[in-house]
Amino acid sequence: MKRLESGGSIRRDEELSFWYDGKRYTGFAGDTLASALLGAGVHVLGSSVSLGRPRGIMAARLEEATGFVQLVTPDATEPLVRASAVALYEGLVAESRIVRGYVEEREDSARFDKRYAHCDICVIGAGPAGLMAARVAVAAGARVVVVEADPAPGGALLRDDVTIAGTTGAAWVHSTWEALGSADDCRLLTDATVMTSLDHGGLMVLQRIGRQLAVRERGGLPEMRLWQIRARRTILATGMLERPIVFQDNDRPGIMLASAAREYLARYALAPEAGVVFTSTDDGYRTALAWHRAGARVAAVVDPRHQGGGALRDAVRACGVRCITGVVEGSGADAEGRLATVRVHTARGIETLRADVLAVSGGYEPASLLHTERKGRTRYDAWWAAAVPDVPLPGEGIAGGVRGVASLAACLADGARAAVEALGVLGLAIAPMETPVVDEVSESEPAQLWRVPAPDGDESRSFVDLHRDATVAGVSRAVNAGATHIEHIKRYTLIGTGVEQGRAAKTNSGVLAAVLTGRDVSAVGTSGGRPPVEPMLFAALAGRASRERFVPVRTTGIHPSHEALSAVFEPAGQWLRPSRYPRPGETVAGTVGRECRAVRYSVGLMDASTLGKIDVRGPDATWFLEQLYVNGIGSIPVGKGRYSAMCRMDGSLLDDGLVLRLEENRYFVTASTGHAAAVVDWMEEWLQTEWPERRVWVTPVTEQFATVAIVGPRAREVMTVLAPGIDLSRGAFPFLAIRHGTVAGMEGAMVARVSFSGELAFEVSVPWDRGQTLWAAAMSAGSPWRITPYGLDALQVLRMEKGYIIIGQDTEATTTPYDAGLGWMVSKKKAFVGKRSLARPAMLRPDRAQLVGFVTEDPEVVLPEGAGLVREVHEPPMVIEGHVSSTAYSATLGRSLGLALVRGGRARLGERLFAPVEHGVIPVMLVDPVHVDPEGKKRDGWEDTDR
Amino acid sequence: MPASQAGRRGFESHRPLSAGPVAPLERRGFCLGAAGLPLVVSRRIFPTPPTVAIRLEHAEHNPAFLWRNPEPKPSYDVVIVGGGLHGLSTAYYLARNHGITNVAVVERGWLGNGNAVRNTTVIRSNYLREESMPLYEFSLQLWSTFGQELDHDVLFDPRGMLTLTHSRGEAAAARRTVYANRLHGIDAEWLEPAEVKQYCPIVNISPDVRYPVYGASLQARAGIARHDAVVFGLARAASALGVDLIQGCEVTGFNIVDGAVRGVQTTRGRIAAGRVGLVGAGRTTLLTTMAGFDVPIQSYPLQALVSEIFDQVLPCVVMSGALHVYVSQAHKGELVMGASRDNYLSYAQRGSFHLIESQIQAALELYPIMKRAHVLRTWAGIVDMSPDASPIIGTTPVRDLYLNCGWGTGGFKATPASGWVFAHTLATGEPHALNAPFRLDRFETGALIDEHGAGVSAH
Repeated sequence: MKRLESGGSIRRDEELSFWYDGKRYTGFAGDTLASALLGAGVHVLGSSVSLGRPRGIMAARLEEATGFVQLVTPDATEPLVRASAVALYEGLVAESRIVRGYVEEREDSARFDKRYAHCDICVIGAGPAGLMAARVAVAAGARVVVVEADPAPGGALLRDDVTIAGTTGAAWVHSTWEALGSADDCRLLTDATVMTSLDHGGLMVLQRIGRQLAVRERGGLPEMRLWQIRARRTILATGMLERPIVFQDNDRPGIMLASAAREYLARYALAPEAGVVFTSTDDGYRTALAWHRAGARVAAVVDPRHQGGGALRDAVRACGVRCITGVVEGSGADAEGRLATVRVHTARGIETLRADVLAVSGGYEPASLLHTERKGRTRYDAWWAAAVPDVPLPGEGIAGGVRGVASLAACLADGARAAVEALGVLGLAIAPMETPVVDEVSESEPAQLWRVPAPDGDESRSFVDLHRDATVAGVSRAVNAGATHIEHIKRYTLIGTGVEQGRAAKTNSGVLAAVLTGRDVSAVGTSGGRPPVEPMLFAALAGRASRERFVPVRTTGIHPSHEALSAVFEPAGQWLRPSRYPRPGETVAGTVGRECRAVRYSVGLMDASTLGKIDVRGPDATWFLEQLYVNGIGSIPVGKGRYSAMCRMDGSLLDDGLVLRLEENRYFVTASTGHAAAVVDWMEEWLQTEWPERRVWVTPVTEQFATVAIVGPRAREVMTVLAPGIDLSRGAFPFLAIRHGTVAGMEGAMVARVSFSGELAFEVSVPWDRGQTLWAAAMSAGSPWRITPYGLDALQVLRMEKGYIIIGQDTEATTTPYDAGLGWMVSKKKAFVGKRSLARPAMLRPDRAQLVGFVTEDPEVVLPEGAGLVREVHEPPMVIEGHVSSTAYSATLGRSLGLALVRGGRARLGERLFAPVEHGVIPVMLVDPVHVDPEGKKRDGWEDTDR
Repeated sequence: MPASQAGRRGFESHRPLSAGPVAPLERRGFCLGAAGLPLVVSRRIFPTPPTVAIRLEHAEHNPAFLWRNPEPKPSYDVVIVGGGLHGLSTAYYLARNHGITNVAVVERGWLGNGNAVRNTTVIRSNYLREESMPLYEFSLQLWSTFGQELDHDVLFDPRGMLTLTHSRGEAAAARRTVYANRLHGIDAEWLEPAEVKQYCPIVNISPDVRYPVYGASLQARAGIARHDAVVFGLARAASALGVDLIQGCEVTGFNIVDGAVRGVQTTRGRIAAGRVGLVGAGRTTLLTTMAGFDVPIQSYPLQALVSEIFDQVLPCVVMSGALHVYVSQAHKGELVMGASRDNYLSYAQRGSFHLIESQIQAALELYPIMKRAHVLRTWAGIVDMSPDASPIIGTTPVRDLYLNCGWGTGGFKATPASGWVFAHTLATGEPHALNAPFRLDRFETGALIDEHGAGVSAH
C-alpha cells in the first residue's frame, strides 16, 4: 500500500514521528497507528503464533486478527493493542508483538476515571441507523446518549460514497452530529466502546480520552473513562462486520477485508500499487470503484457468481476494470512475506495476477455480541448467511445492519422505527420526521462462499483463524475426531481464543463444520462470544480505587487523639483501631503489660466506638428481639441490659452483644465490630422477608455515638469527676445498668455498666463528634490515677484472663452457644431462630468441639493461634483433637494463656495434649477458661475502693 | 518469625520461637523434639521459586480421535445425568475400576459446557476438616498421574499456591489450616511477607497499600491444569471403554416405581437404567425437583475472566480471600482470574459487573505489574453451594438414585476423586470410605463438614 498525494481526512500539514521496533517513521495527524504503518510501508508486523508466518494488518476495525502491537509510553507498556484503535501521536513507540505481549511494573501516572449517566435512550453506534434513531429520539425530547466506538461518527458512511438528502454521506453525518450536539439533553460519546450490556438497561462503556496526549499535556484529563450508563431503553445499532473468505495462503500481509481497504483509502488516503478484489458480494465492487476513482491500479475483481454483480459490477466494468468470474485459490509472497501474486481459478483455467493488496469480502454479519452475550436469540439469515438477532431482549431495540437490514435507505428507516418504538414504550410524544432520501443502487444476492478448496489439497495453509493459526485442516481434524459441536471444535482448534475472540473466524469455522459433518449451517451455529466487546484495560476497570479508595478507611471520632499518643494501628475490617500505645524505648510486651496492669490495678480507657450499635424500636421490638436472641428479652427491665447471643438457622453462633433496654419499646443493641453490618442485615432480612407486618425499625447508629470505656478498680473515681450528677454508687448503678446524664459537661450522655475485661467498667457514649472532648476529659479526670489508654493487644489479654470469647475467633461456623460455654443463656422457654437445629442429633453429641482454656506447661511459651492439638504425636495422619483459637501472654498472671476448641473439651479439663508446631511439640493442659475473678466481684464493683 | 513481626501476634517476645527472617523453610520443619522423628517431610522450597515451563497448546496435541457419538440405547446399567467433568470422571471410573461399561452419560448441551469450561482450574488439597483432607488429597494424588492415566496430557502443573492473609485473624485461620494439613501429612507452609515476595516476586508486600500482606500459607504441590484437555481426555477414555456419551439430551423426568428409579425421560426418549447418578452441579436442584425431593443447594453465579497472553510473570497460583481475588497465569500466558460469587441466586450464567471491577481493583493492589493487562473475556459459572461448603455424595430418598453435587466453587480440583468415589457408590450401592461422611442427611442430623473457612471465596 502507498499513501496518495491527496485525499483522506488526515491532516497533512501536521507530520508526526513514531517509532516501531526501534525505527523512526512519520505519519500524519488523523492517522491511526495502523494507517501510519501502512503509509510508512510497514506491512509485516510479526510472526504467527505457532507457524511463524508473517502477518500484517487485515482490517480497520473489530475484525482485526493480527494487527496488534506492544504500545510503549514513557511511563507504561501495554500488550496487544490493536494498531487500528490507536490514534497516532507524536513520539508514539510500538514494538512488534502480534500474539504475545509483555507487562512491566512502571511508575504509571496515567489516571483513569469513572462516570455514571442515566438516560431515556442510549443509542449504541453512530452509523446511519444509530444517527437516525438519535435524531428521532432527540426530536421527541428524550434524554439521549449516543455511543460511538470510532473517534468519528458515521460508521460505514465514513468509507462509502453515497448521497443522502441531496448531499454526501459525510456532510449528512456532519450536520446530523452537529444537530444532536446542540440538543438540550443529548450526550455524544465518541472513541467509546460499549463493552458489555447488563440486565435492566445497564451498559459499561469505555471511552478513550487522553492516550494520544503526551503525559505532560494530559492536564486533568484521564487516559480513559469508564462510564456506567443506565438507560431506560437501548437501541443497538452496531452495524455489521465483514468476514473473509478462506483459501490457501490467505494470511499474507496485504490481504485485507474489502471494507477495510476502502476505509484506509477514504480516511487515510492509502491505496494499492496494484489491487485485486475477491468478493462474493456486490459490496466488494465498491472497493474496486473507490480505488479506481482514486487513481490506483485495479488488476481485477474476482467474483464467484456467474450471474452476480448487478449495478455495482456494471459501474466497475464501465471504468474499464476487469471483472473475472472465478475464485482466488492461492497467493504468492515476496521475499519479505508480503503479498505479491494472487492465483485466480476461472472456468478457463488458472491465472496469476500481480498485486500488493487483495481486498476480500465474504459478506457481512451482525456485530451482535451485546445482544448474544445475554443469551439474546438469533435466527439464521440466508441472505447474509449468518446468525442475526431476532427477538429483542427486554428494554432493547435493534436497528439497522445488526438486524440484518441491507440497504442504506432501509437502515435509516429502521433507525427511525426503533426510536419510535422506544419512545412509544417511554410514553414520549413523537415528532413526525421524514427519513432522508437516499440515492443508492440495489445489490444482488451474495454468493455463499466461505472457503475455496486448496488446489493441491493441502488445507494446512488455509487459515480460518489467523490469530490462532487455525486452519481448515485443523477443523477437519477436529470433526474427524468426533467433535461435532462448534464449541468442541473451538476448543480443539483454539479458534476464537485469541485477543480478538476470532471475530473474523466464527462464521467460517461454523460453516466449515457444517459442511464437514453434513449438517445444515443453521444447525451448527457459531461459538458464542463472551464480553467485553474489546479488551478492557485493568487500570481502566480499577479507576482510582487504589489504597484508601479501594476500601474506605473508617476511623473513629477519637482517632486524632490516638495518633497524638503515637498509637500503633491495625486493620479491623474497614476500621483502623489502636493495637497499643507504645512509649519511647518500650518493647511490645512492655507496652501490653503496662496497659494491662493499669486496667487491673488502677484505671484504663479504651475507644470502643467501632463496636456495632443498633437502635431497635417499635411496638413489636421486644417480640422481634425475642425471636433473634437466645435468651429472654422481655424480662429485661427498662434501664438495664443483658449479655446475649444470636444463632443462625442451623443453631451456630452468629454474634454476641448487649441488649440494652432504654424504653419499653426501644432497645440499644451492640454487635461486635466485625459483625455490625451482618447483624443489621440479619435483622432486616427477617423483618423484610418473614415478618413484614411487624412494627419494628432497625437503625444502625454505630457512627452516631462515640464510646469510651473507662475500666479498672479506679473507674468509679474517674467517673465521679466526669459525671458528678450521676449516682455511681454500687447500689444505685449496678452491673448491666444504664444511666443517662451529663458527662464531661455533655448532656444526655449514656453510661452503661458493662465490661469486656472483668473489671469494673463504665462505657460512656456521646455524639460522635464529641468523642474527642470525652476522651480528653477522661484523660484529664483520670490523671490522678495515671489513667492509661489501652488497645486491642491489651484487650486480647484482659478478655482472655477473664475467659471472654470473641465470636468468629473462638468459635467457628458450626459452634453453638452450648459449645462456646454460653449454654447458660439459652432460654428453654421461648422459641428463637436456630433453636430447632440445636436439638439435632449431631448437636447433642458429647464429642463436639467445645471451648476450653489451656495453659502451656512452660508458662513462657505462647502458642501460635491456629495450632492443632493432638493426644499422641506420631507419623501423620494424626487425630486432631482441637485447635488453638486465642493465645496471649498475661503479665498479670505471669504466664501464657490460651483458648481452644477441643473435641468433648469440657469433660477433659486437666488432660494433657500436645501442639506440634514449627519449633517443637508443646505440651498443654486443658483448664477452665476463666483465670481472673471467677466470681465476678471485680466486675461487679465489690473490689474497688470503699464506696 | 522475624523479629520485626514480633508483637503482632503478642507471643514472640517472651521466648522467641523465631528462626530468624526468611530462613529456609526446611530448617523450620516440624520435629518431634528429643526423638527427632520428622512428622512431615519438609519440602525445601527456598531459595528456588517455581519456574513455569511454558507448554504451548497446539491443536495438534489433541487426540486424533475423541469419542463416538452414539444414539442412546433403550437401557443401560447406569445412566449418569450431566456430562461435565464429574459426570465424565464417574463414567470413566465405573468402567475402569468396576468393569461397568454399559453406561450412558446424558448431557443437555455439549460435554463440559458448564463449569468445566468456566472454572479457573485451581488444584489443591489444603482443606481444613478431617473428612475433607483425605478426599481432596486423594484427588491431588490422582492428578499427578492423570495425564498418563488418560493417555492425554492434561497439563497438570503443580506450581504451588499461595493464600495471602491481610490481618491477624485471617492469618490465624490460615495457619490453622497449615497445622491441620501437616498433622495429616499434607504439605503446607506458612510464609512471612518477605518469603511471599521471594516465592512470588510480583506480589506487592509494601505496607503502603490498603491491606498489606500479613503472611501467606503455601501448598507447594497445588497447581493448575488445562480444563479443555481434561474434558477431552476423560471423555475420550470413557468412550473408549464403551461408555455412551449422549450430547444434546436433556433429562425431563424420572421413572420412579415403588420408590426406586427405573430410568430417565429425556428429549431423546426414555432410557431405562438400573441406577442413575445425578451430577448436575448448578442445575442439581432442577433435577432433584423432578425426582421429588429437595436438596439444600443454592445456585449462584461465580465470575471469572482471562487476560491476553503475555510473557510469564506469575509463577504460582495466588489467592487472597479478604480481597476476593485469585489468579494464575495459564500455560499459554493469559492470566486466569476469579472473584467472589454473586450475592444473588441465579441459573443465568452471567454475573454482576461491579464484582469484576472490585476484583481488578484488588488485583492491582496486590500486583501493580498487571495495570496494563486487559480483560479479554469474562463469564460466569453456576456454583452449587451447600450450607457447609462441602459436597454431597451418596444416596437419596429415591432408591437407586444417587447424588453427587454441592462442590460449589471448588469442583474442578476434585474431578478425579469425585468420579472415583461416586463410581464406587454407584457400583456397590455403598459409599466409598472417602465419601461416607458427605451424606445428604447430614443437614438433618447436623453433622456438618464446614469448609467455609478453607474455601474463603475460592477454589
